[in-house]
Amino acid sequence: MDKPTSVTRDSAPASVHINRVSKAYGEEWERQQVLEDLNLEISPGQLTAIVGPSGCGKSTIVNLVAGFEKPDSGTITMNGEAITGPGIDRMVVFQETALLPWLTTYRNVVFGPKLRGDMDPRELEAEANRIIDTVGLSEFKDKYPLQLSGGMQRRAELARAMINHPLLMIMDEPFRGLDAMTRELMQEFYLHLFEESRRTNMFVTSEIEEAIFLADQVVVLSNRPATVREIIEIKLERPRNFEMLSTSEAYDYKRQAMEILHEEALKSFKRTGGQDDFLDAYAKRAE
Amino acid sequence: MSEAVQSVDATSRPLRRSVFQQIISNKTVWRGVIAIIAFAMLWEIGAQFKAWFGIEIWWVGKVPPPSEVFTTWYSVVQRPGYWESWYLSFFRVFLGFIIAQIIGIPFGLALAVNRYFREIFFPPFEILRPIPPLAWVPASIIFWPTTELSIAFVTFLGAFFTIVINVLGGARAIDIQYLRAAQSMGASQWDLFRRIILPGTLPSIFTGAAVGMGITWEVVLAAEMISGGGQQAGGGLGFFIWSSYMGGAMEQVIVGMISIGIAGYLSSSLIRYLGTVSMPWRRLF
Repeated sequence: MDKPTSVTRDSAPASVHINRVSKAYGEEWERQQVLEDLNLEISPGQLTAIVGPSGCGKSTIVNLVAGFEKPDSGTITMNGEAITGPGIDRMVVFQETALLPWLTTYRNVVFGPKLRGDMDPRELEAEANRIIDTVGLSEFKDKYPLQLSGGMQRRAELARAMINHPLLMIMDEPFRGLDAMTRELMQEFYLHLFEESRRTNMFVTSEIEEAIFLADQVVVLSNRPATVREIIEIKLERPRNFEMLSTSEAYDYKRQAMEILHEEALKSFKRTGGQDDFLDAYAKRAE
Repeated sequence: MSEAVQSVDATSRPLRRSVFQQIISNKTVWRGVIAIIAFAMLWEIGAQFKAWFGIEIWWVGKVPPPSEVFTTWYSVVQRPGYWESWYLSFFRVFLGFIIAQIIGIPFGLALAVNRYFREIFFPPFEILRPIPPLAWVPASIIFWPTTELSIAFVTFLGAFFTIVINVLGGARAIDIQYLRAAQSMGASQWDLFRRIILPGTLPSIFTGAAVGMGITWEVVLAAEMISGGGQQAGGGLGFFIWSSYMGGAMEQVIVGMISIGIAGYLSSSLIRYLGTVSMPWRRLF
């Protein structure tokens, strides 16, 4: 097979299969099963959002697909090949910024290609400038991450991922912690990038509305140990805009997802020392 | 016409200002200068009248006034021995300090990145660490053939432990996301070390250096007092204070003390300056 050029690498859609994956953390006597027999498919060229109650194991899925961790059992494959470690075919945009604070925006963006030395320096410079321009940071390319606003940091991180032409973008609650206004702008911006590239995207979030607005399908996870509770196909047309969120269709999706999440959240609340435990404890004390 | 010329001049002037002009026009600098002058005046008054504004405090007046100290200082600076002491103390401080950096930084990094190395070397390190550097003086005199080397060794110990602890802590505190992001982008183990762990530890290296430098000054002076100068070791600022005290020259003791204050300030300014230069990302806006 020919060495893929950046163009074909950009457009080649990847599919990911998570097949009966289990993962637990901790020592034997206090082992926490986070994932159990999880089956999940991320379709090529689609934006798959994964939502679930907090602490249900969303980030574990990210770490497994990215190759930072290995499953206890089961397999994860991308385009049929098993994932054994981190690779440039999968780029993660992290919850909190993972831009290197000691490098300027530009140097952060070119970090990967420079490291590998797999691009002609002049070509790299042009490409980096183009991508930095795409994310609207041309004026800030010589600034350090701490000099950028939250939204700019997220865009710089998107640029840093994009320049590596990944087959799969993994977004781990990337817009958490941004103020509401910036968050909306970032969602719109990100959506625009996706609709142009049609790269396979896995988007983990705890916000249902964000998931519905962005995704082709929303995977609702159960409480820990996480399994797939429901897959909601989002049929809102593309390109999307925020007005679509106020249609009855979007409302139905939202209600459907909310109901499941509410159930799961309740389970979690009970299990982790909610009302029942309290009453139990009180009753015992009274005896 | 002339207005236009003036405005051009006015806008370009701030860019052309010399360092001296910047210092002169800096309010912080002036506040510092005024504070020092006020302190000296308070001291002078106390020393002259043995009381502060009519209030007698038993220790006020025990110390010679700054006017006498400065007169003594003026004669002291004309003696080459004084400057030799400066040189000797600086030399000892920097010798111990630089060796501590050269050994301490790689040692701390090795502790941070290698589990086996840590498991083997950290326990003995932790037992040696609480021993005050001055407690090493007798052992150090036995270890090393010359007094000069003994002093340098004690100085080294003063800085070493602080440096190692800071480097270790800094390297271990690096956000794992940085390492993961770099790994995704194809970084090898060496890349991770060189491009993430090393720059990520830099702030802690400078913190350790600043604290270590302070300890080194404390240690070198005490070491000089204990070693008593000797023929080989010569004076040093610590010995200068001690011998002045023995000779009953209180003004010279104060001169020595202020000299050390200035020497310490210059040393830590140097570290701060190097820190700002090598970590431009911390110099925000």
